Amino acid sequence: MGCMAHTGMNNRSGKSSISSVVFHKLPAAETLYMESTARIQKDSLNSFMEFQVWDFPGQIDIFNNPSYSFDLDAIFGEVGALIWVIDALDDYSDSLNRLNMTAMHLSRSYPHITIEVLVHKIDSLTDDYRSEILKDVELRTLDELSDMGYENMPISFHLTSIYDHSIFEAFSKVIQKLIPRLGQLEAMLTSLCRTCRFEKAYLFDVNTKIYIASDSTPEDTTSYVICSDYVDVIIDLTEVYGSWARSAEWRNRLEGEPFSQPLEEQVGCEWAESVMVLSDSQRPIMLREVDRFLALVAIMKEGSYDKMAQINMNVDVVVKGLTEFFEITRAGEKSRVGLQDMVVGPQN
Amino acid sequence: MSDFEVGTVGAPAGGPGPGPAALAQLKKVKKQKVLLMGKSGSGKSSMRSIIFSNYVAKDTRRLGATIDIDLSHVKFLGNLTLNLWDCGGQEAFMENYLSQQRSHVFSNVGVLIYVFDIKSGEWERDLSTYVNIISALVQYSRDAQVFVLIHKMDLVARNHRETDFEAAVTAVKRKTAEACAIVRRLRLDTTTTDPSSSSSQTTLTSPHQQQQQQQPNSSSETTTTQELDIDVQYFATSIWDQSLYKAWASIIHDLVPNLPIIETQLASLGQAIDADEILLFERTSFLVVSKWTSQEGDNNPYGDRFERMSNILKAWKHTCSSFTGTPRNAEQFSDFEYRMGTSFSMFVTKFTTNTFILVCLPPGEARFNSAKLNVAAARPWFKYLDGPVVQPTGMPGTSQMYGMAGPGGYGGYSTMGESSGAGVGET
Repeated sequence: MGCMAHTGMNNRSGKSSISSVVFHKLPAAETLYMESTARIQKDSLNSFMEFQVWDFPGQIDIFNNPSYSFDLDAIFGEVGALIWVIDALDDYSDSLNRLNMTAMHLSRSYPHITIEVLVHKIDSLTDDYRSEILKDVELRTLDELSDMGYENMPISFHLTSIYDHSIFEAFSKVIQKLIPRLGQLEAMLTSLCRTCRFEKAYLFDVNTKIYIASDSTPEDTTSYVICSDYVDVIIDLTEVYGSWARSAEWRNRLEGEPFSQPLEEQVGCEWAESVMVLSDSQRPIMLREVDRFLALVAIMKEGSYDKMAQINMNVDVVVKGLTEFFEITRAGEKSRVGLQDMVVGPQN
Repeated sequence: MSDFEVGTVGAPAGGPGPGPAALAQLKKVKKQKVLLMGKSGSGKSSMRSIIFSNYVAKDTRRLGATIDIDLSHVKFLGNLTLNLWDCGGQEAFMENYLSQQRSHVFSNVGVLIYVFDIKSGEWERDLSTYVNIISALVQYSRDAQVFVLIHKMDLVARNHRETDFEAAVTAVKRKTAEACAIVRRLRLDTTTTDPSSSSSQTTLTSPHQQQQQQQPNSSSETTTTQELDIDVQYFATSIWDQSLYKAWASIIHDLVPNLPIIETQLASLGQAIDADEILLFERTSFLVVSKWTSQEGDNNPYGDRFERMSNILKAWKHTCSSFTGTPRNAEQFSDFEYRMGTSFSMFVTKFTTNTFILVCLPPGEARFNSAKLNVAAARPWFKYLDGPVVQPTGMPGTSQMYGMAGPGGYGGYSTMGESSGAGVGET
């Protein structure tokens, strides 16, 4: 039940494009044809947790609007994170001013909300220039806030573009802050990595390619990219070969001689399981679905394809653990208040 | 091009009867002259780089204009070489091809790929160049296959794509007929003794060509008017999606040597391992060389799945290449397994030296594992087909290899040696 709100100053800063790319799998190139958002739009995302995404059009000032009076409690009462999009290619001074206003407002009335600033549309910029802009935005925001007496605000900054994986990585970090007991998840993955000698393991939300947890080794974009593309490959193959119903005769034939078992008995695992061996130093990558929404993806150690059987057993155990984990947290979700407190916890 | 022999154009299917001669024929490296033409900036070199050199679509922005003709030899499978003539499209070059280099460029052409830019500002001019090119082609290489690619479809808004494509095709069709009419008139003027080699070629190759083209040729006479109509295949393409793979897979499909045999072998393999679908990919381009689908697999509603698989796997290769830091053209993965619960299982694995195989199976661990082993066991009979030119080591050896195919394998021979009923397996 995490909630997110997107806002940004400029009308063309790319908020709606971000939503479409991340939550609706629209190809980045297609966003060119999108119309600008004129109203507040609410999107809900059914995943392992329920997310609501509110898209605020750039031209509406929600705190200070003479013609409308917004029910701020209805909007922000349940929001866990506010995402503020800044167009890196544009003059963003105005946007920063409004960001500061909003941040101060939120910190007074809704201190549990974390603010995530996306410095967006960086695809055409050089690496040097990117970090320069990021530093500039960070400095100007934090300086101003501390001048006004707001220190240690829960605010973070990300460089993003819809044309590469950066937007998904940024969202991953945003979502991770909204997940109750993230530490437990990370601990499970870390211990799996240690036992099976994986290089890196991620727990992906399959629909959005956001990773909701990874093991405790340092973050590494290239590993994220290959794992998330692997999820893509699996999704595509599943669509082509797994999304249509086979005939009854087909099933009857398969369940007859020589196996004489129902199909459910013939398979080893009810969810998707997959492994790909890279030619380079024979490094396998494995994927295992945990449930309808989540998949575990890991980069394995070179040459460990032969030990797949053992690894699968270990993965089985972790998958079982993850399933239990989500059963418990989902049950806990019904008492909403508790969850909100937990989301706030780390930031204060 | 001096070593280009007309006799090999129609290669295996119509080759001489069975026996050692046929086997030698099977292993002969087939060469095909492929002309890639179209206006400057229409995207010829870009698509070539994507298909054969594993460029990513956005990397093609770095390519400069092609000057004159960029000749490249692409080894496709073990026994097919594509002599790819990437012809720079600037007007000065085009005129040159049509005048001074006319016979050099247009003789012995196996395939002409003509690329139109859908967003070109000067459509009429493009069409008139096309007419000139087609008439030159018909004059020098009567039997060349023509593929027209309406390119850069990504620049057209999605809901207009179909109508724009249809409009372009209609225009090009009209111009093709016009080009044929021009040549027809020329033929009638100059009457009989046509000195160009084209007439003799036609008589030589027409029996083979008949199988490859839907359009029937009368094999004896070349100057009758109605047969001058050429058969053109049209594709809407874009380097940003799978449409490029669809077009190129059909282009190379007819060129692959020994195709009937490969297809029969694939079918018997598919039946043996109880698969739903088998696709055979060329190693570097990941174009679908051959495919087999079971009756149940035919119910698959995704008609575009073949080019889609090429696209998915090639995109995956790019990801791997940036992850491992190995060159784009290197082989990136050797094995892939995927079991989707009670829905299906599949694997993709390196098959022969030049191919990868994708097998889609019904679910079940036992079925999956035995299929993997069986596919590995079947490697030798395909290796022989796409391997480099090797002298056959007498009949016993070869028949033994084919013996592994079971009855289906023998069937393959009798379909290819059509002039006689005797299959090789019987010797």
